[in-house]
Amino acid sequence: MTGTAIADLIHGFGVALQPHNFLACLIGVLMGNIVGVLPGMGVMAAISILLPLTFAMPPVAAILMLAGIYYGAQYGGAICSILLNLPCHPPHAVTCLDGYPMTKQGKGGTALGITMLGSFVGASFGITQMIFFAPILVSIALKFGPAEVCSLMLLGLLAGSTLARGSALKGIAMTTFGLLLGIFGTDVTTGLERFTFGFPELADGIEIVGLALGLFGIAEFMKSVNKVEPLKAGYAKVRLRDMRPSRTDLKMSAFPIMRGTLIGSLCSLIPGTGPTIASFVAYATEKKVSKTPERFGRGAIEGVAAPESSTHSSVQGDFIPTMSLGIPGDSVMALLLAALTIQGITPGPQLISQHPDIFWGLIASFWVGNILLVFLNVPMIGLWVKLLTIPYKYLYPSALFFVCIGVYSTNNSLFQVGETLVIGVLGYVLLVLGFHPAPILLGFVLGPRFEENFRRAMLLSRGDLKVFIERPISAAFLTVCVILLLGQLYVRWRSRGRVVTVDAIAVEES
Amino acid sequence: MFESIQRYRDYYAGALLILIGLSTIYQSSRYDVGTLAEIGPGFFPMVMGVILAGCGLAIAFNQSTAADAEHDAETLGRPEWRGWGCILGGVLAFILLAHTGGLFPATFACVFISAMGDRTMAVRNAAVLALGISVFGVLLFHYGLKIQLAPFAWMAR
Repeated sequence: MTGTAIADLIHGFGVALQPHNFLACLIGVLMGNIVGVLPGMGVMAAISILLPLTFAMPPVAAILMLAGIYYGAQYGGAICSILLNLPCHPPHAVTCLDGYPMTKQGKGGTALGITMLGSFVGASFGITQMIFFAPILVSIALKFGPAEVCSLMLLGLLAGSTLARGSALKGIAMTTFGLLLGIFGTDVTTGLERFTFGFPELADGIEIVGLALGLFGIAEFMKSVNKVEPLKAGYAKVRLRDMRPSRTDLKMSAFPIMRGTLIGSLCSLIPGTGPTIASFVAYATEKKVSKTPERFGRGAIEGVAAPESSTHSSVQGDFIPTMSLGIPGDSVMALLLAALTIQGITPGPQLISQHPDIFWGLIASFWVGNILLVFLNVPMIGLWVKLLTIPYKYLYPSALFFVCIGVYSTNNSLFQVGETLVIGVLGYVLLVLGFHPAPILLGFVLGPRFEENFRRAMLLSRGDLKVFIERPISAAFLTVCVILLLGQLYVRWRSRGRVVTVDAIAVEES
Repeated sequence: MFESIQRYRDYYAGALLILIGLSTIYQSSRYDVGTLAEIGPGFFPMVMGVILAGCGLAIAFNQSTAADAEHDAETLGRPEWRGWGCILGGVLAFILLAHTGGLFPATFACVFISAMGDRTMAVRNAAVLALGISVFGVLLFHYGLKIQLAPFAWMAR
């Protein structure tokens, strides 16, 4: 088994190193990195703006580029949080705690260097985990009937919605809303057009690019316009040679990186614990095992090394259910899955056997991409710092144009640009009312498949709902669902009336 | 306006969900719901509508914990009518001009109008930005990625 995995991996490197695939990965990492450092642009905005550009590409190149955009943007987010104390992406919130103090002490370069090292180690471990776990998961998943698939999806949806920031109830509501939006258009079983409101353009359903760009583009611009302060990059002077960590720095962060990596990979195995939780747990653990916990929050290098490696190892781990089961763990993975579907590839357990090029090429490209990130970031750090200071007032109008042309180019349809506008306004209203739009995307991607499998399960069992608890695997998934819900209620009951902030969680857990 | 939203936010949130839920139930009752053994096209949306309305009720009567306080501070603030109007206007201008005027005027209008949404933006800077993005956009999307939009509508034939 190990032998075939290594042979497959070598095949994967062959795919990833083909000139056009390598180029796609390079462009993806570079663009993701650029958009990720731009103020006010998150990972979601980066992927959805650049998504239409990949439609014309062959599937392998497209998915490699999108994955590159993803971790490029992730790394860009780390730069933001360390140099400017701005957590552009939730997992980086704890990195700010010690990363920014390091910047103030003039050690920002070292923090970035350690981040790069930590994320590389973390990612490599996550990739190795994926190589061995994905085929095992697939061999189990191939035995799943519609009832198991349904329960598993329910678990994925519940995990994705309850563990996002903010209220769990609102997360569930948004996931449900996403499921509903997902079934707009022609019903596959009966051919009936549902929720088209008389628009023939809606017969094919809502366009995922339009949905993503409305929620993470237009709604975000409406939220941020006139509210983003011009950044002061006063401390953020980083030179190339500052980035090489000294021997003592390396010594101090070696164990935190290893612990962070392990925590991250464990978190990715537990359903519903994504990179954000992984980074919190890693930070709290470091503080606990440290002999000098008082240094944390004042620029302790361990406080940067552990959460960053844990985030990246967990991010890679998140690809496992996405690629082997076709069930995305969060909204980013949902978008990547949608991109595969647009390319005509059905995600699910058959993916690895039917499209080994995509799966093993993607795995190999993770390494290629992570090495590229190191090479790109070392000489270009000065440029990133300059990008950070571009005022938002020049950014959002330009990005808005990319939103319009991106949606238009998907189907050459101006109707869909209008659709995006409506979704954007709705998304902003939801933001103001305290909803997070990310679970909508998760529900949207799984909606049609959830309905189809539920119908099939009911057809097979002749309308008997007990089928979900009588089949052992399905019952196990449902049990985890119940545990997740009870856990949420417990956390809610304990934190009643208290202000939960990043610091509070970090303190509480230590 | 925004203060009242902040104070009664969860009531509004609940009300919106109940509204969406009820209209979904109404709309899906027009499709065939079927039976459990043979589920019709109306069944799934009906269930979603019920869950949405239920969540709405629960949110309205079960005010959220302080965990959201941090999030509110960054989202709410004073209303930005100018910003919102210009962003919407920019997209609308693109929709209206893309076929009648062409890619270049549509891009220029979209960027220029939305840029004017920032209160510190000077007309001249907005025009320069719009011009730059338009030239770049036409080169990249029309000539580079071969998108089916003529730079100017009269060039299409």
